[in-house]
Amino acid sequence: MNNLVIAGKTYTSRLLIGTGKYKDFNETQMAVKTSGAEIITIAIRRTNIGQNANEPNLLDVLPPSKYTLLPNTAGCYTVDDAVRTLRLARELLNGHSLVKLEVLGDPKTLYPNVMETIKAAKILIKEGFQVMVYTSDDPIVAKQLEELGCVAVMPLASLIGSGMGILNPWNLQIIIENANIPVLVDAGVGTASDATIAMELGCDGVLMNTAIATSSNPVLMASAMRKAVESGREAYLAGRMAKKLYSANPSSPVNGVITSTEALTKKSANS
Amino acid sequence: MVQLSINGQPQQFESPINITQLVDHLSLQGKRIAIERNGEIVPRSRFSEEILVNGDQIEIVVAVGGG
Repeated sequence: MNNLVIAGKTYTSRLLIGTGKYKDFNETQMAVKTSGAEIITIAIRRTNIGQNANEPNLLDVLPPSKYTLLPNTAGCYTVDDAVRTLRLARELLNGHSLVKLEVLGDPKTLYPNVMETIKAAKILIKEGFQVMVYTSDDPIVAKQLEELGCVAVMPLASLIGSGMGILNPWNLQIIIENANIPVLVDAGVGTASDATIAMELGCDGVLMNTAIATSSNPVLMASAMRKAVESGREAYLAGRMAKKLYSANPSSPVNGVITSTEALTKKSANS
Repeated sequence: MVQLSINGQPQQFESPINITQLVDHLSLQGKRIAIERNGEIVPRSRFSEEILVNGDQIEIVVAVGGG
């Protein structure tokens, strides 16, 4: 009931976290561990030629045997760059095919270019990749990406790294209602309550990086996010009460209240 | 003389080398890397068979932290 299934694989945690912007690998490792996340995003970059030959490698700190690594295409603005990056990632990770696709449209906002994203998704799916796709909160685009064969659709809640929270819960709700694949909020979460709101809306998971990594205490924030995602999921499954203005339906029994004659007169005058 | 572009940087070699030799030369042996030659992935199993020629564009990547 409470497991997340992506491309046929079951995960206990619905929190996915990125590994960027941490102080050092030790902090990355501690935050990842505390978050309980099983799917961890990584980036693919040129190695520094001739420098720090003995530098520790991220894959030694977060071994692929322990975590599901999700290579991303962050920083890619063209279909070609995104596709090449993920081919390299697959080679680097010994044939691992689950990937996060993002094709950005603009360096100022990092807003996704959905037209190019769709083109890249088509190529990658044809090449056997299992594509989790970062996109805008446009319900039509989300549905098209699903129909292409993406294994999860990941709309933004607000701009990458902005911490602005969930700006359009209504669109997210439409995407969730229409989807037959997992919907994960990716980007924009700023604090724990944002993650909870996403999960209460019915998201299948939340992917975040900056909210944890750039908080004053990333390990503590990782713990908060773990609980926030779990809370939101439970509240969603429990089904919230209806919102009512003036319900006149107190939680405590209405009978047997000790009452003075004066109060009784007032009560009957108001009713 | 063989001139290669490695991660966008020009490098010259006296004689032709294969990718295994290039990896050794760059002290990257045993590291978790992936290599692309002129836009095409070179599987690890083919490193010693791929002889690099003048003008080859080589990309060598690693995993780094990212969201």
